[in-house]
Amino acid sequence: MNAALMIIFGFLALSLFLGIQAKRGKDMNLEQWTVGGRGFGTIFVFLLMAGEIYTTFTFLGGSGWAYGKGGPTFYILGYGCLAYIMSYWLLPAIWRYAKENKLMSQSDFFVSKYKSPYLGVLVSIVGVVALIPYLVLQLKGLGLIVAEASYGSISNTAAIWIGTMAVTVYVMISGIHGSAWTAVVKDIMILFVVVFLGLYLPFHYYGGITEMFQAVEAAKPGFVALPEKGLSPSWFVSTVLLTALGFYMWPHTFGSVYSAQNEKVFRKNAIVMPLYQLVLLFVFFVGFAAILQVPGLEGADGDMSLLRLSIQTFDPWFVGVIGAAGLLTAIVPGSMILMSSSTLIAKNVYKVFAPKTTDEQVSKLARYLVPVVALISLYFTFKGGDTLVTLLLMGYSLVTQLFPALLFSLSKRNFVSKQGAAAGIIAGVATVAIVTISGITIGTLFPFLPQSIQDLNVGIIALVVNLAVTTVVSLATKGSARANDETINAA
Amino acid sequence: MKLIHLLALLPFIGILGCIGFVNKVEPYVLGLPFLLFWIVLWVVLTSVIMAIIYKLDPANKRGDS
Repeated sequence: MNAALMIIFGFLALSLFLGIQAKRGKDMNLEQWTVGGRGFGTIFVFLLMAGEIYTTFTFLGGSGWAYGKGGPTFYILGYGCLAYIMSYWLLPAIWRYAKENKLMSQSDFFVSKYKSPYLGVLVSIVGVVALIPYLVLQLKGLGLIVAEASYGSISNTAAIWIGTMAVTVYVMISGIHGSAWTAVVKDIMILFVVVFLGLYLPFHYYGGITEMFQAVEAAKPGFVALPEKGLSPSWFVSTVLLTALGFYMWPHTFGSVYSAQNEKVFRKNAIVMPLYQLVLLFVFFVGFAAILQVPGLEGADGDMSLLRLSIQTFDPWFVGVIGAAGLLTAIVPGSMILMSSSTLIAKNVYKVFAPKTTDEQVSKLARYLVPVVALISLYFTFKGGDTLVTLLLMGYSLVTQLFPALLFSLSKRNFVSKQGAAAGIIAGVATVAIVTISGITIGTLFPFLPQSIQDLNVGIIALVVNLAVTTVVSLATKGSARANDETINAA
Repeated sequence: MKLIHLLALLPFIGILGCIGFVNKVEPYVLGLPFLLFWIVLWVVLTSVIMAIIYKLDPANKRGDS
């Protein structure tokens, strides 16, 4: 066993221990398990929210994009920033309503606002379909990281199995408390590793940050700005906006909002989160440093740039530390995803069709579903192939379709009916699916439009369709919605 | 929604509205290509703006209950 592998397993054991001990002294009903008894303060909520943002994707993909695409990578900084601004008003409103109505999951919010359990089923299905590929992505990343960082002494497959089992165990036992505790280790690690790498590598190989960018610019002129066509400024603007809207629509992110103790937590986080995001800057630096040092990684292999350059530069023990940090970036979001999907399936799908189920049974079922969801994800991780890539591309656009119905539901006089919300979500999701599978862009649909419009993110179309259908169906069903309200008031 | 909350619109203008004008590599500022510098600048300004809004927002004057 080499030094790298020992360090990786050491950290895995530490996170497993922390994850399990997090249960101590708590009676694990569903409210404790999935939303931490609504008792988390600023630091835990901060770490959970950050934990979901600094995933394997940011670790490997952020550097991979910088390596392969250059300037367009900066969109990641842009959308986070705008999402945090919205969070200042959005999250306290969501939290307050969730607390008053004792909500546990994202779907509960829609069920309660639109008084329709079936809308909850729909929202859950959209959520789970988006979440599983996202979990698979984390697992694949985990496999890559551990296999590379252990110099091949542990296989990709073995690494994925071991990592998944560890997460499954602590999620079943401690739920969100486990995620919060492992998030502590993870964020300390990632902060240290990423800032170190992002400064050390440019200075080591180029003598400085500016020198590195100048070298990249000399080799590939214009690479660190946005191109004229394709990932152009209009792509940038539309993508940043769309992604910012979808930011809090992921079921696990939405669910972790409920875990806060009070609404001030979110307003405080809105100040610190943008700055904390700058950690990503150092991830980008690593990707840019790799361009001239480990050239020739094409397409998806660009995601390997951080690990390849690290192996080329450092001693095995430090590669182990990097591998451990990478492992944790997969485990924390992975645990949140497992928990949210299980809660959604148990509470918002199963219970709707078996209304006699008691709360205690739902709580048990949610926990037993964790290994089931984990196994399904493992299956897709090993057998997924191309379908998976397509689903992944869709994930963000899928959850973004929940945004209009959510936003309208927060207004005092919501004109959207449950039928309107459901029809809008279905129409939006269907548009996303058609567009993603057929590879349509605005350019192929409307080749006569100016380039800047052709480059707009195609997700805009789905959101426009969604809004239009929501509005039309809501207006058409308004009468019946009012009748519903009256029956409820009378009851 | 108070007047001060309109401050929160500035980063939207800075990051989205200005992108066409700042999409260039040179000049380098603080070691960063100009586009990256511009975005980082707005990330930092966003924190400052949110801190100002937080301080002035009467909702935060109440207790934690």
